[in-house]
Amino acid sequence: MQIQPILAALRKHRLATLLIVLEIALACAVLCNACFLIANRLGMMQLVSGVDESSLAFIRLTGYDDKITADLNARVLAGLRAIPGMQSVSVINTVPFAQQRGASGITTDAAGQHFGGVVDFYTGAPGSIEELGLRVVAGQRPQADDYRSFSNFLPTDARVLVTQSLAEHLWPGADPLGREFWMDKYHFRVMGVLAHLAVARPGGRGANSADWSVFVPVQAGSSLGGSYLLRADPANLPRVLREAHAVVTKVAPDTVLDRDESRTVSALRHTWFQRDRTMTGMLLGVIVALLLVTALGIVGLASFWVQQRRRQIGIRRAIGATRADILRYFQTENFLIVSGGIALGMALAFGLNLLLMTHYELPRLPLYYLPIGALALWALGQLAVLGPALRAAAVPPVVATRSV
Amino acid sequence: MFTYYLDLALRSLKRNRVLTALMVIAIAVGIGASMTTLTVMHLLSGDPLPNKSGTLFYAQVDADPTRTGDNIEPLDMMDYHSAVDLWSAHRADRQTLIVDSDIKLLAPDVNLPPLMGTMLSTTVDFFPMFDVPFQYGGSWTAQDDAKHARVAVISADLNAKLFGGAASVGRTLRLRDTDVRIVGVLKPWRPSPQFYTVRGGRFAHGDTADFYARPEDVITPFTSGLEINDGNFQSFTCWHIPDQPGHLINAPCAWVGLWVELGSATKVSDYRHFLAGYAAQQKALGRFTHADNTRLRELMQWLDFNGVVPSDVCLQMWLAFAFLAICLFNTVGLLLAKFLRRSGEIGVRRALGASRAAVFAQCLVEAGLIGLLGGIGGWLLTMAGLWLVRRQPTAYADLAHLDVSMFLTTFVLAVVVSLLAGALPALRASRVAPGLQLKTL
Repeated sequence: MQIQPILAALRKHRLATLLIVLEIALACAVLCNACFLIANRLGMMQLVSGVDESSLAFIRLTGYDDKITADLNARVLAGLRAIPGMQSVSVINTVPFAQQRGASGITTDAAGQHFGGVVDFYTGAPGSIEELGLRVVAGQRPQADDYRSFSNFLPTDARVLVTQSLAEHLWPGADPLGREFWMDKYHFRVMGVLAHLAVARPGGRGANSADWSVFVPVQAGSSLGGSYLLRADPANLPRVLREAHAVVTKVAPDTVLDRDESRTVSALRHTWFQRDRTMTGMLLGVIVALLLVTALGIVGLASFWVQQRRRQIGIRRAIGATRADILRYFQTENFLIVSGGIALGMALAFGLNLLLMTHYELPRLPLYYLPIGALALWALGQLAVLGPALRAAAVPPVVATRSV
Repeated sequence: MFTYYLDLALRSLKRNRVLTALMVIAIAVGIGASMTTLTVMHLLSGDPLPNKSGTLFYAQVDADPTRTGDNIEPLDMMDYHSAVDLWSAHRADRQTLIVDSDIKLLAPDVNLPPLMGTMLSTTVDFFPMFDVPFQYGGSWTAQDDAKHARVAVISADLNAKLFGGAASVGRTLRLRDTDVRIVGVLKPWRPSPQFYTVRGGRFAHGDTADFYARPEDVITPFTSGLEINDGNFQSFTCWHIPDQPGHLINAPCAWVGLWVELGSATKVSDYRHFLAGYAAQQKALGRFTHADNTRLRELMQWLDFNGVVPSDVCLQMWLAFAFLAICLFNTVGLLLAKFLRRSGEIGVRRALGASRAAVFAQCLVEAGLIGLLGGIGGWLLTMAGLWLVRRQPTAYADLAHLDVSMFLTTFVLAVVVSLLAGALPALRASRVAPGLQLKTL
């Protein structure tokens, strides 16, 4: 197939060619970046929380006075433990995807000069670390005497567990066991490292810090209570949670059950990622509409050209060109136009990505998106042109001898 | 002539229904997507108090003595003492303090279980400053502020929930353990955003949808609210851990907002001097370390500074407009094909004496008609799009409605886009050489 005559013909239709090239370039740029945004959101939604989400539920009570917390804990724990099918119940300040309760900035020196970032403090009573299903990859689990009682925000001196991701951030490349960090006058020493424990609002302080959590073993009491972690077999969990709602309203009638938070951890996770899911849906919709509109544009213009060139096609057929030749002519023409669009589109895609990087916390577009986008557009172009090209190939040679 | 062109355009559109439908659908989808996102953007980025936002200012001082470095923005809120000092100086036309918290609500004479609600503790100027509309009763008095009176104003939502929307002035509401007398009930009031509690937007990573939440359920005098809900207050930030959680009056924490109303430019510059003077005095007393770090931002500046429009909404809007641009290119291509297919007909018109301008006008009328049809489709798709937005579980979902200006914008945008798309093909068509076309006929 000779490209020369195709280029010559396109030169006659400079404006239309340019338009379709620009349309494809813009489509290429938007397509690559939209796919990249989708991949980013999906990556965020795949976040490993580190807890056994499917077996866990959370109960939160509000509207009571701190003075009665210890008594409330005793009543509620007794009531919840009596529910058939309940595997275990413990007191914890919050769980991943529920409200954030203990976020604070920490420093790696006692004077408070070396800021280590904002982390989530999980305060859990005995049993909660096992109940969450946290995996300890180094150091040890808290022993009975590690669970301190405390009266304010946190125990003033505690042995804690940190996540791998936080340890790597605070002490890059070093062994985190035995290291210390501070929050104002509170002092912490690392006794163990957790594989994962997502912060309560992952992504809310940036994607990098989604796993920056500290687990502080404590005793339930006046400063920790009203929020409970429930564990049951996933099959029983919805029923157990329903009964738990009924139980707490019975044993603690003067408190208010927070129904938004008192749900299964899977449900809390679903709600937390709703925004990303909406955005992904919208991006997918745009991609589909975009490909459709681009394809329609190609169909429209190709049909016009086929109709315009009926005589020429007839003449070519009359002097010996086969149907396959005509078909291939239009396919090659489309390939050339789309290639031009892709070349321009790749530059545009990078420009658009740079723009997104400055306004949204988005990493650089990986290079492999470009060939994938190119392949998609080439395929789209060939599909779109197939109909008009087949119609062109069907033009009988006798057209050459007829006058219009 | 216009009606004749319109007739011609209709005939031409009917001649090739598929091509016409393709163009109309492309414009409709592009307009639908961009108008949906533009409407959301318009609703979220608007001025919540268009008549007086220029006279409302948010004051900030840098009360945190532990911060090092100079070019740091002051904290978004103030500590209790700075806020109360500045408020009691009464140096502005009006001034009000803002603290919000969660509280247990119960109407003792209504048989409903207690519920958790939000409480705004503020001062009497709040109502006239922000044009807050009352359904029943009115605000409390300045004496009530001073006397720590147990009174409250409730929202229309709470009034509907507890009292079935009745005139509940004079009835009792139990806030935590304290009974307060209702003195006023608001009309449905939905500022977008809930501007007076906006803060910390620069730390939100674009997730600012909660700035568009509904106003608080209960509004109480500042002094009373702080006593009633003591122990349950949240700080914006603390530079040391408070001794008693939730009790913030003497704590090293920023948690109180101060809004002032200043009627003229002189008053604004006077107030700036006053703020700077206060900070310098506090530095002399050893309480502040960054005396020159004060701010007095106008309401809209404050909203801009906090980037109140969620980043997803901006992203969606740009995406929709990129999509509209693609639809535009598509329409240009199709119109070009459509007009040039009629080169013969245009050649005849030109040979019979029509000017280039006449041919150009005829083509534009056709393009405009396509735009109008696309606009109708786009309007329907915008309604569908906004319906989808309303079903999202975001704080601003209930705001998403098409107002008159956006309704008109839909059609203006559709026609402008199609005229833009039609201009180039029409120019091409008007340059068709009559001689050449007549020869090929």
